[in-house]
Amino acid sequence: MVGIFVAVRRLLRRMRERPEDRSSVRADGGVVADERRPGGSGPGLLDRLAGPIDSRLGGDFLESSPFWLPPFLLMALFVYGAILWNLMISLTDYHGFANAPDYSHLDLQMYARALSDPGFRDAAVNTLVLLVAFTVVTLALGLVLAILVDRGIRFENSFRVVYLLPMSLSFVVTAQFWLWMYNYNNGVANIFLGVFGIGPVDWIGNQSIVLWAVILALMWQFSGYAMVVYLAGLRAIPTEHYEAAQVDGASTLSMYRRVIVPQLKGATISASVVLMVFALKAFDFLYSLVSGYRPPNGADILATKMVREAYANLNWAYGAAIAIVLFAMALAVVGPYLVYQYRRDNL
Amino acid sequence: MSTDARPDGGVEAVQGGLTSRLGAWLGDLDVYRVALYAVLLFMVAFYLTPIETGLVTSVKTNAAVIHTVPLAPPGPGGFTLAKWSMAVDALARGMGNSLLFSVPATVISAFLGSLAAYGLTVADWGKRAKAPILALFVAAIFIPYQAVLVPLSQFWGQYVQLGQNLSFLWALGIDKAYAGLIELVVTHVAYGIPICTILFRAYYKTMSEEMIESARLDGASLRRVYRRIVLPLSTPMFAVVLIYQFTQIWNDLLFTLVLVSTESSPAAPVVLILAGLGTSIEGTDFPLRMAGAFFAALPTLAVYIFFGEEFAEGVTT
Repeated sequence: MVGIFVAVRRLLRRMRERPEDRSSVRADGGVVADERRPGGSGPGLLDRLAGPIDSRLGGDFLESSPFWLPPFLLMALFVYGAILWNLMISLTDYHGFANAPDYSHLDLQMYARALSDPGFRDAAVNTLVLLVAFTVVTLALGLVLAILVDRGIRFENSFRVVYLLPMSLSFVVTAQFWLWMYNYNNGVANIFLGVFGIGPVDWIGNQSIVLWAVILALMWQFSGYAMVVYLAGLRAIPTEHYEAAQVDGASTLSMYRRVIVPQLKGATISASVVLMVFALKAFDFLYSLVSGYRPPNGADILATKMVREAYANLNWAYGAAIAIVLFAMALAVVGPYLVYQYRRDNL
Repeated sequence: MSTDARPDGGVEAVQGGLTSRLGAWLGDLDVYRVALYAVLLFMVAFYLTPIETGLVTSVKTNAAVIHTVPLAPPGPGGFTLAKWSMAVDALARGMGNSLLFSVPATVISAFLGSLAAYGLTVADWGKRAKAPILALFVAAIFIPYQAVLVPLSQFWGQYVQLGQNLSFLWALGIDKAYAGLIELVVTHVAYGIPICTILFRAYYKTMSEEMIESARLDGASLRRVYRRIVLPLSTPMFAVVLIYQFTQIWNDLLFTLVLVSTESSPAAPVVLILAGLGTSIEGTDFPLRMAGAFFAALPTLAVYIFFGEEFAEGVTT
């Protein structure tokens, strides 16, 4: 009698387990699940599921979900849900004053339009130049500053505070300062160059200069950030490495080049990802520079073009398509970074 | 900067040891030291010049702007606070509006971030299952917001029409434009959760595991552990996250531009008004713009000056 009962129970258990838990090795043998009758729904369902889920995902999975799940869902809806929605809109031809896009005809027309739009190509090239040049010069300046500040100077804190100060300011505010710095007649930039007999330079009006002027301003704002990241990296290097280089008789310069800088790979990677993202977000700066959607000629980037197409020209679907291109660029930077962090067990 | 808040003395002491060694190694080259400080001071000038020229320009008369060097203070005849009072008049209501959405958005996103980080770090469940969720959180920090703008306008404009759904508020005499600020709060909370979560997670990783484990073994629920142990210990990290988030939300222009849209709106935040301040057909009124820029930057500057250490920690974690 008992033997048949056990056999039936075992059979039922197997039937129940199969769909949800085929391959994993179960540590607790599904004891919790067995206490309930199969087929019950309502309040029992959650308890029945709790056993297998917890044994598979770890003890606190269900109990911890009220903590992380609501914020996660809110974030996922607004970030990933919105990106998918944006992808859908980019496939329509939504424009003008209509309230909502018509989702019945989806095609890649907007992407074709982007490829044949010289304004889009210029903006894409400018975005890449901004991304690469800004990141490289900012990292370089940040590294130099970090090494200088790390040389055991006095008033280290004061120097650090001053170098990081611009980062606490809004793009809207720094754009005002730099607009004045770059003023043709009365700006500091031209007066400084005038001392060396150069200029005056039309920083904002000259198409081939304005992008570099913007890069300089952004470098001013964020090199302090790169410095702080590198400083943390330098402080994490054990003193023995400095001493070993010293014993080997290396000069200061070659010590940094061969021993110290290679160890700053992690700091470089995380700082450059953050800086590239700031560069992609330079919209606020360019908008404030001209108080409008149209940046100075030669400084249009995808971020400004997207907002201009959507909110000034009401080409919603076209703006959405440009946004997808921008998103793909960000993903190309962030994707490898995530893999790198995951491999280092750093997520 | 490491994640533990070190008193400055600690840094100096460590530095001191390193310095003496490096100093001996360099043979105390005085020329070298002088050059080092010269470069550092030159960089101080580089970082402060745009701010300094803005400050002196903001108190100059229009005539003094043209006739004096931009870095020099105005002469006795060229000094005026007129532009400051104009800027304050134009921006004061914007300051109020900015506070109205920045403060709730900062507090809520920090709290939700702390909850999420707790559930994903301290709570003990599968590492392999956590990894994709964490990856989604980290990736969300780096999203260019342009990629969500059109859906966001659709969402607030067509589906969740606060302007109509909250009619009881407008019946109380609150201007309908303030619906834009409620939208800004929800939006900033949603997009602020990822960075807050990751900041708190970095902190919770360093927390003593034994204490939490023993509390769990004593039968304390996760809720109880959070309220009694983790939340009280989170205070220093809350300072970091609140400061970082406040600066970010206060400074953001893009969402404001899309959700509130016009600077003439009674609910226009300060960045929106500042972006259009002092422009006219005759040209740019630079003293007014500089004064406005300083006035709008005051809250974040104050936060930076008083909580610089926490700010630095927030940006580097």
